[in-house]
Amino acid sequence: MSSEEVVRLENISVTYNDTTVLESVNFLIHTDDFLGIIGPNGGGKTTLLKVILGLVTPRKGKVTVLGKSAMKSRKFIGYVPQTSVYDRDFPINVWNVVLMGRYRNAGLIKRYSSIDKDAANKALVTMKIADLKNRQVGKLSGGEQQRVLIARALASEPKLLLLDEPTASVDPAMQTEFYEILNQLKSHIAIVLVSHDISAISIYVNKIACLNRQMFYHGTKEISSDILEATYKCPVQMIAHGTIPHRILKEH
Amino acid sequence: MELFSYDFMRNAILAGLLAAIATGIVGVYVVVKKMVFIGGGISHASFGGIGLGYFLGINPIFGALFFSLAAAISMGFITRKTKLPEDTVIGILWAIGMALGIIFIGLTPGYVPDLFSYLFGNILTVPQNDLMFMLILDIILVLLVIMLYKGFLSITFDEEYAAVAGVPVEILYIVLLCMIALTIVVLIRVVGIILVIALLSVPAALAKQFTCDLKKMMLLAILFGAIFTFGGLWISFILDLASGATIILLSGFVLLTNFGIDRLLSRKES
Repeated sequence: MSSEEVVRLENISVTYNDTTVLESVNFLIHTDDFLGIIGPNGGGKTTLLKVILGLVTPRKGKVTVLGKSAMKSRKFIGYVPQTSVYDRDFPINVWNVVLMGRYRNAGLIKRYSSIDKDAANKALVTMKIADLKNRQVGKLSGGEQQRVLIARALASEPKLLLLDEPTASVDPAMQTEFYEILNQLKSHIAIVLVSHDISAISIYVNKIACLNRQMFYHGTKEISSDILEATYKCPVQMIAHGTIPHRILKEH
Repeated sequence: MELFSYDFMRNAILAGLLAAIATGIVGVYVVVKKMVFIGGGISHASFGGIGLGYFLGINPIFGALFFSLAAAISMGFITRKTKLPEDTVIGILWAIGMALGIIFIGLTPGYVPDLFSYLFGNILTVPQNDLMFMLILDIILVLLVIMLYKGFLSITFDEEYAAVAGVPVEILYIVLLCMIALTIVVLIRVVGIILVIALLSVPAALAKQFTCDLKKMMLLAILFGAIFTFGGLWISFILDLASGATIILLSGFVLLTNFGIDRLLSRKES
């Protein structure tokens, strides 16, 4: 499989109200990557995703997505925000949330076409939630809501999938199944997964980066405790643990 | 029925129906996007227009239309383009509009008729011309919602994703604020500037208890809005009370009763 470049970040710095959130971040994402980015809360992970999406404009540096600017390439990106961004009480069912992924295709005024509906249905099947179609989104379990948001992103038929803390509300028993689904997707979509929970980055990712304001990038999966300590600013202990090799215990 | 044989009663029924349609549709967005106090701000700001109308000797409702639209658009721009918190902007526009209204009315020579009815509504005195105007605004609102439905759904649910999905978020948000402004103008004749926020929020809040589909919620809210205006009108007629205030008290009473029953039922279950 050829490995084309999907995202190129060059010397990215972002500041919010004089606070530096990202500093001189450089890195590349390729088509066959399943990249896990770990780092503490407030380490700039969500901001990094928003830079790639063109929602946050960096103070310095250059973002290139699929050879163009972030704004122009937005249509190729499937974004999966944290499930906490919307109101649990919002009166909307799963089907209408997933259809939102087709907005760009349908346009401002036209209704969703049969092509849009087919794409949304396909995404529901991929995420194994076709039976939840008519349920109110806020009433589902955390794991199910997460799948709805991924299905919405997949409905837009993206080339790059960005997931923000996707396992935060998925109970551990469901995580394996969750990763199995992502593992199938990675054959044709580049995936970037961001999490503060190191155990959430499973055997399925093929690259790991550590982010805490600066990028402590590590191309392969073997990650040293030095890098983790530099990222988390505290002693961490790593234990290889069966199917989840990167489980870390913190000592304070 | 004797009640409907009066011309003013027929006009009142039409006004109530037109008000219910506007508030049913737009109120749903106001409730799900938690914009009730934005509505309050736009409504009070429109008082400046009422005053200007009196001052210039034109129909005050046109002044209200101009001021409420101006307030909606500036609220949208100021909250999106500056760092001022939304509630500060609402408060400022709210008070500036009221202050301008008072100044204009003070400058208007002679007696200012009907002022009380703009503040607290009087469904029984809606003139034919204003009914036509309300009908036109209703048609505009219905057309906008039909055309832009999926965009509004996206921005009320999750603005950030909407932007990623290609929705023109900023433009649609301002259009939505302008729709709130138009709705307020429709409602002013019925319940008045000060009481508008209740009729803007109660029917939709009640409808939300019964469905998780935005379109059904709109239809239900129109139904509830109609029940409240007609019920309130009827009670006010029988007890000889102010119609606008009675409509609002009836809405509030039904909403609180509904929440009370809900609580009792859920306590029984657990």
